[in-house]
Amino acid sequence: MTVDPIHQFNINNWFTIAKVGAREIAFTNSALFMLIAVVGIAVLMLGFTRSRALVPGRLQSLAEISYEFVADTLRSATGEAGMKFFPFVFTIFMFVLFANMLGLLPYAFTVTSHIIITAALALLVFLTVIVYGFWKNGLRFFKLFVPSGVPVYILPFVVAIEVLSFFSRPISHSVRLFANMLAGHITLKVFGGFVTMIAGVGIAGWFGAALPVVMIVILTALEMLVAFLQAYVFAILTCIYLNDAIHPGH
Amino acid sequence: MDPVAAKYIGAGIACIGMGGAGVGVGTIFGSYLAAAIRNPSAAPGQFGNLIFGFAITEALGIFSLLIALLLLFAL
Repeated sequence: MTVDPIHQFNINNWFTIAKVGAREIAFTNSALFMLIAVVGIAVLMLGFTRSRALVPGRLQSLAEISYEFVADTLRSATGEAGMKFFPFVFTIFMFVLFANMLGLLPYAFTVTSHIIITAALALLVFLTVIVYGFWKNGLRFFKLFVPSGVPVYILPFVVAIEVLSFFSRPISHSVRLFANMLAGHITLKVFGGFVTMIAGVGIAGWFGAALPVVMIVILTALEMLVAFLQAYVFAILTCIYLNDAIHPGH
Repeated sequence: MDPVAAKYIGAGIACIGMGGAGVGVGTIFGSYLAAAIRNPSAAPGQFGNLIFGFAITEALGIFSLLIALLLLFAL
């Protein structure tokens, strides 16, 4: 008996919302888990802080800690000038974190394991940086590609490298999150396949199958760390890219 | 050579690049840990830089993974 580790990433259309030409806009399992993530964030940030207690309870502190965590990250990366982007960065962080964490539940769908979702988020950040950079700094935004204090004879190469690295940002930004989630979940399901394979042998197999089960528990703990770390990496890179739009000089 | 086989071999070769990223990420965390043991009070302030360096280094490994994924699924 084999288990298909890719099957978990299938997108199923549940019902059609609208049709645009030959394309249909459908409500999928991906949409459901995005909706669950948004509702979860709303309950955490709005519901649990409703009492506005001076000495916060456990759930209220959870909301306050996540707020301060992202605010500190953004402030240290961009300074006070970047705090107007706080709602943007906080939304991205919480959405990615909730999507990653919900994906770890058995039978759940991992929204961020699809490149289209992470690419959309990364392009949103990338275009925000470009639009805000030109709107705020005008043509001085091009100073981003010309580091100061570089000797003239190697400057063309440095500018070429800077331009290349600027345009590869959305690729690495999106593929990092997508690849980490994809690889982690495939690993979990491959070990899940080992359990059914070994247990299929018979009574002796049931004892042997305990080993991969233990491994799955350990890997799930590792995946929780990865889920948080990748959400944090996504947010801190967003902060650093926004800092380039706010202060383009090196 | 069979083009499909060449594709799979190419994807395997592309993944070797991730080894370099592994060395780089290991160096970053190793250096952070070595510095954090010398001066533990300064360590938390550098956590953001640690993650930033980790992300930039990891990006290079991701590019080779991207080539492997493109070879396997897109081309």
